[in-house]
Amino acid sequence: MNSLPSFETTAATTAVPTAAVHPKITGRNVNVFYGEKHAIKDVNVDIPERSVMAFIGPSGCGKSTFLRCINRMNDTIPICRVTGDIRIDEQDIYDRNLDVVQLRARVGMVFQKPNPFPKSIYENVAYGPRIHGLVKSKTDLDEVVETALKKASLWNEVKDRLLESGTGLSGGQQQRLCIARAIAVSPEVILMDEPCSALDPIATAKIEELIDELKQNFTIVIVTHSMQQAARVSQRTAFFHLGIMVEEGATDQIFTNPVDTRTRDYITGRFG
Amino acid sequence: MFLTLFGILVAIAIACHLAGRRRSIALAGSNYAALHSLPGYYGAWLAIMTVGPALIVLVVWSIAAPNVLRSMVLSQFSAQLATSSVAQLDGFWRDIQAIAFGGTAGIRDAVRSDAAAVLSSRAATSTTMMIVLMAAVGVAGFVYAWNAIAPAFRSRHRVESVVKVLLAVSATIAILTTIGIVVSLIAESMRFFSMVSPIDFLFGLTWTPQQMAFRADQVGGTAAFGFIPLLTGTLLITFIAMVVAAPLGIMAAVYLSDYATPKVRAVGKPVLEILAGIPTVVYGFFAALTVAPFIRNSGHALGLDVSSESALAAGVVMGIMIVPFVSSLSDDVINAVPQSLRDGSAGLGATKSETIRKVVLPAALPGIVSALVLAVSRAMGETMIVVMAAGLAANLTLNPLEAVTTITVQIGTLLTGDQEFDSPKTLAAFGLGLVLFVITLSLNLVALRVVNKYREQYD
Repeated sequence: MNSLPSFETTAATTAVPTAAVHPKITGRNVNVFYGEKHAIKDVNVDIPERSVMAFIGPSGCGKSTFLRCINRMNDTIPICRVTGDIRIDEQDIYDRNLDVVQLRARVGMVFQKPNPFPKSIYENVAYGPRIHGLVKSKTDLDEVVETALKKASLWNEVKDRLLESGTGLSGGQQQRLCIARAIAVSPEVILMDEPCSALDPIATAKIEELIDELKQNFTIVIVTHSMQQAARVSQRTAFFHLGIMVEEGATDQIFTNPVDTRTRDYITGRFG
Repeated sequence: MFLTLFGILVAIAIACHLAGRRRSIALAGSNYAALHSLPGYYGAWLAIMTVGPALIVLVVWSIAAPNVLRSMVLSQFSAQLATSSVAQLDGFWRDIQAIAFGGTAGIRDAVRSDAAAVLSSRAATSTTMMIVLMAAVGVAGFVYAWNAIAPAFRSRHRVESVVKVLLAVSATIAILTTIGIVVSLIAESMRFFSMVSPIDFLFGLTWTPQQMAFRADQVGGTAAFGFIPLLTGTLLITFIAMVVAAPLGIMAAVYLSDYATPKVRAVGKPVLEILAGIPTVVYGFFAALTVAPFIRNSGHALGLDVSSESALAAGVVMGIMIVPFVSSLSDDVINAVPQSLRDGSAGLGATKSETIRKVVLPAALPGIVSALVLAVSRAMGETMIVVMAAGLAANLTLNPLEAVTTITVQIGTLLTGDQEFDSPKTLAAFGLGLVLFVITLSLNLVALRVVNKYREQYD
């Protein structure tokens, strides 16, 4: 691929995000260490509210690691150490007094491989609201489940078989179920770690369409290996390389007129 | 004799292997790549063809010869033995063997000495014939295989098909042994059920086989073979064991798989598994000497009447014994639950305990259930602890503080000591064995089905 990737004129790329939009998430001097390994070096980033931000970069560049800092999923890795300052709505998420469980209720996550629980479709979506005590009655819960499945564009496909196992769905449906599961907790931010890497092109297209709709209500951060996908769904893009955030800007600027030569080389397919 | 010949055959096999190998390389000459198979296969082929038939002759002859010799010698002396019973014939045969080959003969008389002389000469002839036959088939096999060796000869295929036959024979032996045991169990049980009605056995409420008269001339009480007290005893002790083992084992497994640091796990898991290595008889005297008195004394302190041998003591100790069984299997299935499910749950803001209770354990449940079922069949088959801690009294009770007995213990008691083998008292052991076999077999089948269902879910 020697020419710049072509663009489809979707709503995603025509909407121009500006720095004037209030940043939902801010990272300042973020460093991550895995034992001796310095995985993320001095990353500074502002992620605007109700938009899609894409992290791109070659494998091992630290983009997933940074994503996992935003809901503190790295806490589960004993040798992992995070320094610097990450704030959501001005609130330091690494504050001692912050309850990580509450943080994760505000920051949902969708993983690389669809991972529905081996429970019914209904129970998968109801799981989050139940553990957080978000609903009082069965009727309310039914409603939450229905809304979440509708928002994840899965309702029409599963409404007649809510009691069947979630693991019996197709890969793309499973991933949308996982998105519904995250939405059901009413998060403010949704983190997506290569959500389409295990899916075929048709299922991928559906998820991308969904992401585009979801940005009206949620702040979305997506890690992707597909530059076309970043171009299609995001308003802003950050390019990571060897643990450094090389460049960050409006998606069409990054893809048409990158400032850094490393970004240019990567998006034109010269390396990575 | 057998061992010497076997040793010689092994030596010949090694020599043939080397010779066949060398011959194949020599025949191939400079065109080594033209050999169809690696040289070792030619060596193996030569060794198999030389030693294999001779080995078969050796084994078959060694098994068949004693019986053939016996009938030959006994028929020669049939006139003198015409009035002998089967048992007397057996005795006669043992005596002449002892006289001929050394040993202590019960009776030495002229007839026996004559017979022994005949036997030893026949035995010598038999051995000679066997060695000649072995040498003949060995040489024939060697010549055939030696000439067959050529670069184009597909020795690998031949050797592999021989190996395949060996594998099939091994599997057959294992299966036939199982079938043999089951068939003899059923046959002996049938003999028992012809003396005691199956209805009385399966539904009777008293178990007093010791009342049975030993010999016809003794006056016996009324023996009763109702197996229900044994079944309730077995179930009671198994239930107590599972009440102890299931929570302890599962909670230990959850701790080791999800909470323990890698260091603790590396030490804790093997230590827990050492429990499984303690001989059950050690658990038995632990139960009888430590736990049972402790339970009795605490019972008395509470004003309860506890017998010194109680179902509770045996059950508790048995429960401890099967903890590692439950924890080890549960730990494996809990670990098999994919990390992605734990991440997915944590990503939704679930705490670790919520994740374990609501995602991990339900996902691992089929595996845990099968672990528990296997533990139950293990507990039912356990004998030693019960002998020492729960006693022999076949009480029909559900009170864990009383002495009870189990199926396995009664099998042991029925068959120990000098017994006639055709009385219902001894044969009852086979009836009990059959029932126990059916129970554990069905439990294992259930466990297997559950495990298979579990596998379908994740592959």
